[in-house]
Amino acid sequence: MAGKDASVLTISPDGPLRGSITTFGALAGSGFRRYTTYRQATIAGTFTNVVFGYLRCYVLLAVAASTLGNRPAGYDTEQLATYVWLGQGLLSVVMLWGWSELAERIRTGDVASDLLRPVPPLVAYLAADLGRSAHAMLTRFVAPVVVGALCFPLRVPTRWQTVPLFLVSVLLAVVVSFGCRYLVNATAYWLHDARGPIMMWVLGAGVLGGLYFPLRLLPDWLAITLWLGTPMPSILQTPLDVAAERDGPDLQLALVALQAGWAVALLALAAAVQRRAERRLVVQGG
Amino acid sequence: MIRTDNLTRNFTVRIKRGRFRREKRTVEAVAGVSLDIGAGEMVGYIGPNGAGKSTTLKMLTGVLTPSSGEARVCGLRPVPERTKLALRIGVVFGQRSQLWWDLPLHESFALLRHIYRVPAGEHAARLRRCRELLDLDDFLDTPVRQLSLGQRMRGELTAALLHGPRVLFLDEPTIGLDVVSKQAVRSFLAELGASGDVTLVLTTHDLADIERLCERLVVIDHGRVVHDGTIEALHARYGSRRSLVADLSSPLPEGFELPGATLVGVEADRHRVTFALDGVTAGAAVAQLVAAVPIRDLSVVEPDIEDVVARLYTT
Repeated sequence: MAGKDASVLTISPDGPLRGSITTFGALAGSGFRRYTTYRQATIAGTFTNVVFGYLRCYVLLAVAASTLGNRPAGYDTEQLATYVWLGQGLLSVVMLWGWSELAERIRTGDVASDLLRPVPPLVAYLAADLGRSAHAMLTRFVAPVVVGALCFPLRVPTRWQTVPLFLVSVLLAVVVSFGCRYLVNATAYWLHDARGPIMMWVLGAGVLGGLYFPLRLLPDWLAITLWLGTPMPSILQTPLDVAAERDGPDLQLALVALQAGWAVALLALAAAVQRRAERRLVVQGG
Repeated sequence: MIRTDNLTRNFTVRIKRGRFRREKRTVEAVAGVSLDIGAGEMVGYIGPNGAGKSTTLKMLTGVLTPSSGEARVCGLRPVPERTKLALRIGVVFGQRSQLWWDLPLHESFALLRHIYRVPAGEHAARLRRCRELLDLDDFLDTPVRQLSLGQRMRGELTAALLHGPRVLFLDEPTIGLDVVSKQAVRSFLAELGASGDVTLVLTTHDLADIERLCERLVVIDHGRVVHDGTIEALHARYGSRRSLVADLSSPLPEGFELPGATLVGVEADRHRVTFALDGVTAGAAVAQLVAAVPIRDLSVVEPDIEDVVARLYTT
């Protein structure tokens, strides 16, 4: 088809690190771009989050009002409103629910196309997910937080490090959530249909991630066990507690460090699962 | 460029034998395929459904681990060196898409440039060439999900070639396409093959693809290679012959014989006859026939590859 110039294989003259960063950035950009094509879905989803935000906020504030000292689990009313409204925004940033793309591609055999690229599927999906979360941060996070700030008294950070720590915590929360979702989807390599594990994940992530109620309402021993023994609180409860300044600076930092630990562990586990799956993969559908 | 030695892939299937009983059975999808394909060759890889064509291609591209045997593509072992190999091969699965469903075609191409780390100049040159040959300009801005099958397939071909692969694997690239799209794809592949820069392995059920594009034909059945050679060799092996079909002005006399040819068909009250040419040339056969009976019309029919392959599949 092409002349000689176009037929000879050439690798980018950039260094391997720079090339990898460019590739990762391009894949992240594609994740961002893909979600910009669904504007109406973004608006509808944001509206739903805002409506449920009101509902949850009034319920929790009612609970606070009936609690001795108006501080359930150590949160004051501003911190509770912050927990709810930032939570409503972060819900779609960490994509707690609704990702079955990999499982579907394994089921149909389309995962073969992912494997035919020179980028490992785990890296490609992570990059795309970070792009998606950046889009969600700019759209679906902002609206509920603005509505919450206009209608309720939210906590204004009192420490300079809270905002940068919150942003790092959100990034890590996305990675932890991605790691969990990837592993849940990867069960399709063995089960062919991952709907069961995905349903379990949806149920478990909502309860144990801290969406339905603040995990600090649980007895201390149970909350600590959940934080240390499962990645779930690192997905939603940690960034919310960081933003609400629920804890002192040391514990605030320690929770983010724990998140980082879970992020690394989950990515390593997902990479190992992917390697194992590829050895036994049977591409479905001819 | 491609070498396999006794390449084998078994699958285990479980067959229901009662309410709780399942019997395991091993199915040999590819059973000892040995191939040696040189650089720049265009090879047609055909076989009936379930013969093992796609399984072989999956093993050669590194997405399926062989049960036994060896494979080398561009000097690399496909499974352990899959990501390295991905830079050197292009793959088009007719029934799958490698493009991003939500993105316009040109954005998919731009993304592939970064994934394969192709210098901008080379990428632009290849894309320009594909745009010209495959008429992509009308739908470059259309999201992939809105493309017709023919448009998407042209996009898939371009996507597989933008990084300048040395080997192109095509698994049923013309499946479901209309005549015009098929011809566009075939012409494009013919030009690609003629350049000699790319080794092309094509699986298809459309034998017109093979006749147009491939000199070498590998036929696989029940996981085994049953023919490896030129299309002419296949015809010779299965005794395919050219035919002379003649419309006569008067009926063919009873007992008429044409030396070097066999009468294989008589129709329309002996006014239309078909001779299979065994050793005689078409010209000599026509001359003999004209000398015996006045002829209104005649045609020489080349052997039909579909018939040969159908016979091959059923034997």
